[in-house]
Amino acid sequence: MDELKLYTYIAVFGSFAVYFAIAWWARAGTTSEFYVAGGGITPLQNGMAIGADWMSAASFISMAGMIAFLGYGGSVFLMGWTGGYVLLAMLLAPYMRKHGKFTVPEFIFDRYYSKTARVVAVVCLIIASLTYIIGQMKGVGVAFSRFLEVEYDNGLYIGMFVVWVYAVLGGMKGITYTQIAQYCVLIFAYTIPAVFISLQLTGNPIPQLGLGSTLADGSGVYLLDKLDMVVTDLGFKEYTTDNMGGSVNMFAYTLSLMIGTAGLPHVIMRFFTVPSVKAARQSAGYALVFIALLYTVAPAVGAMARLNLMNTIEPSAGQNMVYAERPQWFKDWEKTGLLKYEDKNGDGKVQYTADKATNEMVKVDRDIMVLANPAIANLPNWVIALVAAGGLAAALSTAAGLLLAISSSISHDLMKGILTPDMSEKNELLSSRIVMTISIIIAGYLGLNPPGFAAGTVALAFGLAASSIFPALMMGIFAKKMSGTAAVWGMCSGIGVTMLYVFQHKGFMFIPGTSFLGDMGPNWFFGISPNAFGVVGACVNFGVAFIMLKVTGPAPAHIQEMVENFRTPHGGVTVAHDH
Amino acid sequence: MEGEQTYWSENLRLIFICLAIWFVVSFGLGLLLVEPLNEIRLGGYKLGFWFAQQGSIYTFVGLIFWYSSKMNKLDKKYHVEES
Repeated sequence: MDELKLYTYIAVFGSFAVYFAIAWWARAGTTSEFYVAGGGITPLQNGMAIGADWMSAASFISMAGMIAFLGYGGSVFLMGWTGGYVLLAMLLAPYMRKHGKFTVPEFIFDRYYSKTARVVAVVCLIIASLTYIIGQMKGVGVAFSRFLEVEYDNGLYIGMFVVWVYAVLGGMKGITYTQIAQYCVLIFAYTIPAVFISLQLTGNPIPQLGLGSTLADGSGVYLLDKLDMVVTDLGFKEYTTDNMGGSVNMFAYTLSLMIGTAGLPHVIMRFFTVPSVKAARQSAGYALVFIALLYTVAPAVGAMARLNLMNTIEPSAGQNMVYAERPQWFKDWEKTGLLKYEDKNGDGKVQYTADKATNEMVKVDRDIMVLANPAIANLPNWVIALVAAGGLAAALSTAAGLLLAISSSISHDLMKGILTPDMSEKNELLSSRIVMTISIIIAGYLGLNPPGFAAGTVALAFGLAASSIFPALMMGIFAKKMSGTAAVWGMCSGIGVTMLYVFQHKGFMFIPGTSFLGDMGPNWFFGISPNAFGVVGACVNFGVAFIMLKVTGPAPAHIQEMVENFRTPHGGVTVAHDH
Repeated sequence: MEGEQTYWSENLRLIFICLAIWFVVSFGLGLLLVEPLNEIRLGGYKLGFWFAQQGSIYTFVGLIFWYSSKMNKLDKKYHVEES
């Protein structure tokens, strides 16, 4: 066994052992512990857990890669996935904590006194969460197959088993404490290689400052200027100004991601775990600190990875790398099919340009950038092993949070709330464990056979959260007259418009060939891509709800009283239903 | 009840101020005004680019903590804090 493999085994299985130990120590005994960890998590702990919950395989593995190739356009992810926490902290989290229940659909039910609203919320939640899980499961499979050289399928089974142990056993309590450990693993795994690379390239150990520094090669040229120069020489768009198809699209994209972030149930749910309203506000702040640690390093990782890649392929102008002398990481990633070279002009050298006719790097998958980065920069093997453990921590922690959101909404909202209201607490606990096991199996199955539409559904997940859940929750708190009927109309038309737009451009139910407008820029509404359409759906939701409010009349007095009660931290909330 | 009404309207005013800053930093300086701001340099960063990829995130963190501490004071002032 070579050194790298040995280190990787130690890092990955060592971290798994820690997760198991924590899960055993923090097993859940009551439904309250299972759903909301007994409401006893401190803001700092909760902030860390939210960080791990939120930062998925997409943040850890894909984001810096996207930034590396999108340049300035990649800012939509940086701002979109962090700005949502400002909305959460001010518009939702404290009031939802005051309400003091277990799930998001439950809040919607109490506030809108409507079973229809609850079911709509459950459906949105399940679609959004399942879409996410497929991505996490794929991340787990890829990380295992690349670093431990086991089959993709076997890697996935190991991942499923690990999540099953600590999520089913510990519920929210186990998940929270495991996520704190996972946060530590993933943030070290992300920042350590970044510090090394920043030091190599600029002599500054802090990546956030390194990105704005001059290169360490004595030329006195700023890193970003050099990068701009290198990429424009090869015909690519300038790194620091490439704006991804126009500022209207970037604007809508960023806003959609922000609203979507604030409306994603597995994140909102975490605010039910803290003991008070004050703690809910604070934990949003801590969460963003922990998230920002990774998100402010990511642009440095992206830019530096791009520069290193360009420099490896073309060390100095006109002196291209000879294919036969390519480094080991190049060969390793060629094996996975994510990196492909084709010698078009037959000179045995590698040309990488923006021109399709002469470009010989026919495939450079964006997702390999973070994982390959340490190897491209010739970092020691233990750093590469750490990155593998970090990627797995990111994927597993998010998968566990999503599974909990799904199982709680099925067992608590559908089964206990609507189908069998007289279920005992013990049975509810058992049923949520069974539902979670089934969800893991479904998620695993979808990870093994990722549906062709997986990539397209991400747009739908954020679209659903932004166009249905967020507006409903916000109006529930800020518009006390908002009635149940009007809110249901709003949610349904918000979702309807968003789905219609996504389907007409990406195919009905994502079946290829059924898109009647085609996924092309010229057909987009004001140039807004389907991924960015959630914000339009949200506006439709707000608009329709307020019109229907005028038509159907305001919510009953006792509901308005309950809303006033949400708004102040003191006193308890009494929920009154008409039936 | 009277006190709770003013508590709520002070809260709304605070949220409005915070969201205005939130909007200006990210959508204003990072997106709409990015071109003129890029003329100014912050070390190797073009300023607009810096706001989009770094500055906006730092501001978001500061905003939440500022809002949170303001609200704690407001809770005390109107005696609506949790017991």
